[in-house]
Amino acid sequence: MDNKDDILVKIRGMSFGYAGRQIFDNVDLDIRRGQITAIMGPSGTGKTTLLRLIGGQLKPTAGTIEVDGLNVPTLSHRELYKLRKRMGMLFQSGALLSDLNVYENVAFPLREHTDLPEPMLRDLVLMKLNAVGLRGARGLMPSELSGGMARRVALARAIALDPTMIMYDEPFTGQDPISMGVLVKLIDDLNKALGISSIIVSHDVAETASIADYVYLVSGGKVVEHGTPDTLGHSGSEWTRQFLDGLPDGPVPFHYPASDYREDLLSGGES
Amino acid sequence: MTDFIRSLGRRFLNSIQRLGRGNLFLMQILRGLPSMVLRPRLVVQQIYAVGVMSLTIIIVSAAFTGMVLGLQLFNTLQGFGAEQSIGSVTALTLVRELGPVLTAIFFAGLAGTSLTAEIGLMKATEQLSGMEMMAVDPVHRVVAPRFAAAWVSVPLLALIFSAVAILGGYFVSVGLLGLDTSVYWGQMQAYVDWGDDVVNGIIKSIVFGFVCAWIAVYEGFDATPTSEGVSRATIRTVVHSSLSVLALDFIMTSLMFGD
Ligand SMILES: Nc1ncnc2c1ncn2[C@@H]1O[C@H](COP(=O)(O)OP(=O)(O)O)[C@@H](O)[C@H]1O
Ligand SMILES: [Mg+2]
Repeated sequence: MDNKDDILVKIRGMSFGYAGRQIFDNVDLDIRRGQITAIMGPSGTGKTTLLRLIGGQLKPTAGTIEVDGLNVPTLSHRELYKLRKRMGMLFQSGALLSDLNVYENVAFPLREHTDLPEPMLRDLVLMKLNAVGLRGARGLMPSELSGGMARRVALARAIALDPTMIMYDEPFTGQDPISMGVLVKLIDDLNKALGISSIIVSHDVAETASIADYVYLVSGGKVVEHGTPDTLGHSGSEWTRQFLDGLPDGPVPFHYPASDYREDLLSGGES
Repeated sequence: MTDFIRSLGRRFLNSIQRLGRGNLFLMQILRGLPSMVLRPRLVVQQIYAVGVMSLTIIIVSAAFTGMVLGLQLFNTLQGFGAEQSIGSVTALTLVRELGPVLTAIFFAGLAGTSLTAEIGLMKATEQLSGMEMMAVDPVHRVVAPRFAAAWVSVPLLALIFSAVAILGGYFVSVGLLGLDTSVYWGQMQAYVDWGDDVVNGIIKSIVFGFVCAWIAVYEGFDATPTSEGVSRATIRTVVHSSLSVLALDFIMTSLMFGD
């Protein structure tokens, strides 16, 4: 099981902080080839930051982040850009180019990185759009798309260059049940059919757990627990239980630290 | 008191830091410029967006500037019996100073702010990050063509400004106030020197174009990625561009025409 070549992304002893504020503290994390790995944790724990670190947009203060054997923080600009052609990233907002229509958005990476003749490019773009069910929406502008559609277009764009890996930033957040279902199915299909390794960052527990092969729970700058969705479901840790079951009170208290409630009410507004 | 000095020091360090970042950014842009030769369409699109957008305003304001110049100069010069020289005075004022300076300031307010806002909003909506992750360098793909287009547009617009304003002056002094046509143009030909006046004016507007383009794209790229941050960045574009243009104009005038 611990075959070394199985691991696509290997993070060791990684620490990172924004302007003195520590976000990650000595994190170890493995993403296996061909699997869907979920990284879950409360909002603001640095899940988006983690994806940016893997994509080389941020540099860790310590430790290594290896993607396919290359240590991302030490790559030159050129090598990094070469590596990125093999990584797709789906931003929370979709990040579509607002002055290009759906077709041109999907064509964008192909136009930038290949010299394909126009008819072939057109076929490729339509295939990618068809894969996300939006071939008919090719003429629309990003402003005319719903949130779910925008994410699917972004997905078509992310797979345009046939990447080995895709990172999804909160793909399900703020979606209605139907587009949520569509996205879950799409991510699963892309992983199974094309063998694309996937990292899903999310706090939507049920949807993510339903398709993930492996789950990392992250909180307070550390990996709290990791395992298959099944093993985590039977975890003994109270924090894990609270997070996965969405309980309002537990190790993470409902109340922000405060003085005694009764005394506070009876003090007559002295503080 | 120490607080005051400390905050002063912090502001000073911040501005030095910004200046440093601005210069590094400029180096990145300049490295991206050669590749524009291979993709001229990117630049042409931007020249169309940036230059043509400003064209109407530049022409209208140039016409009025020329007409006001004509009126004021005619009245003043008439007092000395020198209204004959109105053609050359109008042309010199425009070609040496008003053309380059006013065009650059108008340009900063019109096209510069829109460049800043566009790039700032692309940053705020993660479009620039998205490009980076698609292995497309946003400095080369987004910033460099806009910088090149703005830089090229300013001298061209300045020439148009001067030409239209000279016609405006002609309209007032010859058309309305009855100066002889041949006097207006003849004086201009006799006293405006190609090298000293016209070329120096063009050099000025090339410098202004460079500075306005640099400030506009830098403020957009460096903007705090929120709506408030973008709005503050556009204000900085106008203020910094206008002040830089006026200060540089003084320096260049004293070097070029100081004797
Ligand atoms: N550019 C930044 N500068 C400073 N702090 C940031 C920046 N981006 C994010 N943060 C902070 O880092 C923390 C983690 O952010 P993020 O990775 O977006 O969390 P998540 O995606 O898990 O919700 C947050 O508390 C956020 O306020
Ligand atoms: Mg996030």
